[in-house]
Amino acid sequence: MALLSFERKYRVRGGTLVGGDLFDFWVGPYYVGFFGVTTFIFAVLGTALIVYGAALGNTWNPWRISIDPPDVSLGLALAPMRAGGLWQAVTVCALGAFSSWALREVEIARKLGMGIHVPVAFGFAILAYFTLEVVRPVLMGAWGYAFPYGIFSHLEWVSSTGYRYLNFHYNPAHMIAVSLFFTTTFALSLHGSLILSAANPGNGDTVKTPEHEDTFFRDIIGYSIGTLGIHRLGLFLALAAVLFSAICIVISGPVWSQGWPEWWNWWRNLPIWS
Amino acid sequence: MATYQNLFTQVQVRGPVELGVSLPAGSEARLGQPWYLGLLGILGNAQVGPIYLGITGVLSLTFGLVALSIMGLNMFAQVHWSPVEFIRQLPWLALSPAGPEYGFQMMPPLEHGGWWNIAGGFLTASLVLWCARTYLRAKALGLGTHVAWAYASAIWLYLVLGFIRPMLMGSWNEAVPFGLFPHLDWVGTFSLRYGNLFYNPFHCLSIVFLYGSVLLFAMHGATILAVSRYGGERELEQITDRGTAAERAALFWRWTMGFNGTMESVHRWAWWFAVLTPLTGGIGILITGTVVDDWHAWAVAHHYAFSL
Repeated sequence: MALLSFERKYRVRGGTLVGGDLFDFWVGPYYVGFFGVTTFIFAVLGTALIVYGAALGNTWNPWRISIDPPDVSLGLALAPMRAGGLWQAVTVCALGAFSSWALREVEIARKLGMGIHVPVAFGFAILAYFTLEVVRPVLMGAWGYAFPYGIFSHLEWVSSTGYRYLNFHYNPAHMIAVSLFFTTTFALSLHGSLILSAANPGNGDTVKTPEHEDTFFRDIIGYSIGTLGIHRLGLFLALAAVLFSAICIVISGPVWSQGWPEWWNWWRNLPIWS
Repeated sequence: MATYQNLFTQVQVRGPVELGVSLPAGSEARLGQPWYLGLLGILGNAQVGPIYLGITGVLSLTFGLVALSIMGLNMFAQVHWSPVEFIRQLPWLALSPAGPEYGFQMMPPLEHGGWWNIAGGFLTASLVLWCARTYLRAKALGLGTHVAWAYASAIWLYLVLGFIRPMLMGSWNEAVPFGLFPHLDWVGTFSLRYGNLFYNPFHCLSIVFLYGSVLLFAMHGATILAVSRYGGERELEQITDRGTAAERAALFWRWTMGFNGTMESVHRWAWWFAVLTPLTGGIGILITGTVVDDWHAWAVAHHYAFSL
């Protein structure tokens, strides 16, 4: 069941980091492993806590359910369950589940004889989450600065946090991060297009080759990065986008607490102008 | 234990340059003698050039240069042609569209927004010609025209922002100014004026596809690099004649999340996510102010925001 035609020969023992053969098995298409078990425990517990928090809250509207962090006045203390403690427990579960998931990916990569690029890349996302929910609140002295868990409540947090610094678009790290997000999406569209256009040239035409791909981009812009290079570029752009996102939020407050438009005054006041 | 993860090219090969697949009869010649740039070779191909310019390429570059010159000269004039002040104030300078008193009239006075119209016209011509160029170059090589259609999606967002929505609102003043900080101010003001764009469902979709695109490229780039020891980066060969690289890449995701794409389908996911980013974003901008005046009030009415 759930086996691809070629899958059986790849389902071999070994490659685990922890637990030896104990959890070295599959459930349906899913590989389990020690970290599959820990992922499962953290994810189920965290989800249950969110449902419990929703039950304590005033709405079952899925767009409005929100698990809020403790009030800023509670600082970095452990909060009572109904006053932000749930948020703290959910955060611990989330970090546990994310880290377990990354380590499970390492085990799967080892089992398949692959590089560990995917779990390392996922580590950047975990780092960004950790920065938002732990590093910045700790630097600012209160869990209340972290974002709440809710679909529109977290957007409201983004909005109000942005306006605390007047216009967040002036944050230089935010500028770089947004540019990288757009650039990554642009590069992805070009890469996806190029592969599809070579593999789907139209009715009755033969599938094209990497030479056609290189020629197309050299014809257009005078340079083709090549089949291997585009995947390096895409990965680096995406990870840089995440990294600068983490930087742009961690400097807002701990490093710069005024409006971001004012930050740029140093440029206008450089001594070289006079 | 520690193995090389193929992040950079360690040995760069220098063979004869590749001059490219031959073009159909009647094409112009490719320009430039290809050369090697070792710095590029660390990440991808080291070869730079040749390039095919053609009529659309020449016109597109020319129009783009004219547009940029109009913007730059207008900004230069605003600082009374002082080169020092031009550089000092450049991020704050703007070429803005006409004020609301001129409505959507064809040609406002030059110094009151007319230059914005002219620059925008040249920029539009430049972008559309470049899009046509991607279409023509693909056809000349016998490729599908996927790049051109993806590019058209970006042009759609650009036209909504600078032409279609101002036309529906009856005023050029609704359009985005040219300028680094001024266009950021426009974005911030726009959101505030219409009750927070975060409550705009199409803005939500656009952000989802933007972040999703970055996630997809991280996943895809990482996966292909991880199977590059099996030749995974030769994607067209893996699509037409599945090898162990494609099988391992697929199984990695199947075992991780219970679902996997194929060497070809991952590029369809990529194409749609990237294309839908400006497509949904353009819809979100188009209906703001024309159909919906206050996104917060709209969200309250549709039960996903609380009234203030």
